[in-house]
Amino acid sequence: MQADTKTTIDRASGPGGSSVSVLRFSGDISSTSKDSVLGAWQSVSGGGPVLLDFSKVDYINSSGIALIIQILMDADKSGRKVAAFGLTPHFQKVFTMVGIAKYAGLFKDQESAAASL
Amino acid sequence: MAHTTASSVELRIPSKLGFEKVAMGTAASMARLKGFSDERIEDLKTAVAEACINAIEHGNKLNEKLSVGVILSATADELEVKVVDNGVGISKQPPNPDIDRKIHGEEDPRGMGMFLIQALVDEAEWVHDSKGKGSYVRLVIRLDKENE
Repeated sequence: MQADTKTTIDRASGPGGSSVSVLRFSGDISSTSKDSVLGAWQSVSGGGPVLLDFSKVDYINSSGIALIIQILMDADKSGRKVAAFGLTPHFQKVFTMVGIAKYAGLFKDQESAAASL
Repeated sequence: MAHTTASSVELRIPSKLGFEKVAMGTAASMARLKGFSDERIEDLKTAVAEACINAIEHGNKLNEKLSVGVILSATADELEVKVVDNGVGISKQPPNPDIDRKIHGEEDPRGMGMFLIQALVDEAEWVHDSKGKGSYVRLVIRLDKENE
């Protein structure tokens, strides 16, 4: 019933031509997404800023939001910057309501998110 | 299978995570028929999903022999959704989530469902039954709140 979460790891240009990691999520982000979401995060945990791409995500519930918070907890500990893009207006509102926007900038597209890092 | 009358729809979903999407789809269809905006429909979908997830996980404790009832009732100016489970319900509301405490590991990163429900609908009420015969959450969205 729930669509699997697929997470691919990509690289993109950040400010001044620096390289940033991009976690591109697709499908649903829910309680069954832990391995895909946190596994991908751990594989880019070497350092440097990270972008989270939600443009192909269909459904996020509170368990999925908790996984994003776990990423932000780890990023906060290690002083890494995180920015998100591609959220629908509804999920931008939800992420703002729960306070995620305080720890990760929310942007319309990859270009503006990368420029914020 | 959903049972339909002129102004209400009832369905039962298995206590299995993922089936909340069936309730979301039904609520969205009914809200669209009533003329709610896309933004309100998205709010309702998330609130209904979280109510169903709570019922599946906490009310029915993921017991697939039990089902969750979803009763949608429309009047001229509002849409009400009741999500019924076999648990004892909640006796008091948990505190609102605190993102700073979550980020610093002082609070569970989960536990946002009830907060989201309250924030996204015009009225939310939790009714508990200590005998576990029919605790429910009741959600309401109103057409006259559309432009606020």
